[in-house]
Amino acid sequence: MKADGDILITLAVQFAMMSLLAFGGANAVVPEMHRQAVELRGWMTEREFTDMFAMSQAAPGPNVMLVTLIGYHVAGIAGALVTTLAMCGPTAVLAHFLGRTWDRFRNARWRITVQAGVVPISVGLVGASAIVLTGAADHSWVAAAITVATAVTAFWTRWNPLWLIGIAGLAGLTGFV
Amino acid sequence: MSETNVPHSPAAAPIPTHAELFLAFFRITLSGFGGTLAWTRIMFVEKKRWMTSEEFNDVYTLCQFLPGPNIVNLTAVFGSRMRGPTGAMAAWAGFLIVPFCVMVAAGMLYERYGDVEAVRRVLAGVAPAAAGLLIATAAKMAMPMFRSFGPAPFVLLATAFAIGLMRWPLLLVLIVMIPLSIGLASIGPSWGRRR
Repeated sequence: MKADGDILITLAVQFAMMSLLAFGGANAVVPEMHRQAVELRGWMTEREFTDMFAMSQAAPGPNVMLVTLIGYHVAGIAGALVTTLAMCGPTAVLAHFLGRTWDRFRNARWRITVQAGVVPISVGLVGASAIVLTGAADHSWVAAAITVATAVTAFWTRWNPLWLIGIAGLAGLTGFV
Repeated sequence: MSETNVPHSPAAAPIPTHAELFLAFFRITLSGFGGTLAWTRIMFVEKKRWMTSEEFNDVYTLCQFLPGPNIVNLTAVFGSRMRGPTGAMAAWAGFLIVPFCVMVAAGMLYERYGDVEAVRRVLAGVAPAAAGLLIATAAKMAMPMFRSFGPAPFVLLATAFAIGLMRWPLLLVLIVMIPLSIGLASIGPSWGRRR
């Protein structure tokens, strides 16, 4: 939990770059976060990563706050501030400037073509996140069954996801997993 | 709450001040369980009437076009449209302060109690469920693309394969996939509509 300058700079650069590549939102870059934090830099174990993702889904607020947990784990409150600012700052500046010129290119043909090209990529990235997290979280048949049951229920019903998370947490607490 | 049901009425309220922007997003995050987007819409279009529903949809389309956390970008565009750069900052900060504090508190608790048996068990149940929720999200997003003939399903599966299974670096995959996908979209704009 040492917050020396080097690690803060690394966090700032990595997460700012990830935010600019996050087509499809924060969920699109979960595999890259996993690759950086678990595989390349050894900031945390696989279990810690899936724990943090689970907490970011269960807590109020946007999913992007996963980066705050990662930053806190790596470098304390300074780390949390750096990852949150790096992930949420640069693209907000971009949004501010593009928001002013949006009227000029909203209906432009190139804009529609670019979006048509980028949307399937962003959906593929969310799919990749689902693959990476499922592989990381499911170490038993019961865990895999929970994943399948949650996915099926969330896909076919309009239940609040928090109910599903609550039920799964209870199943875990009572020792089923 | 009573006179909020007039559809498509123009934004009648005066332009919000910086403090109002900050507080509006601050309050949205306090009621943040179950999707901040829905609350943002209720606050801006129905309660405060700072925007029409058309303007809201337009801003949302822009934010889906942009990289980065969509809902955070949304706060910046709202604030920016109302009060310029400083308005964007006020809205952005109002939106992030509560979730940031919640997450730091969660991180502190996790570092201290993450190895307690009961906490381990709960997380062992919640983590697979969180993965399942993401599968459902991806499936819902992917469904419309598989209903049409065109490059989209190929691009989607290739991206998921490269990142999810091969674990290749995001930057490299995007450098290849974005030009490829935009190129395919530009030569075959009618592909999606055939069949």
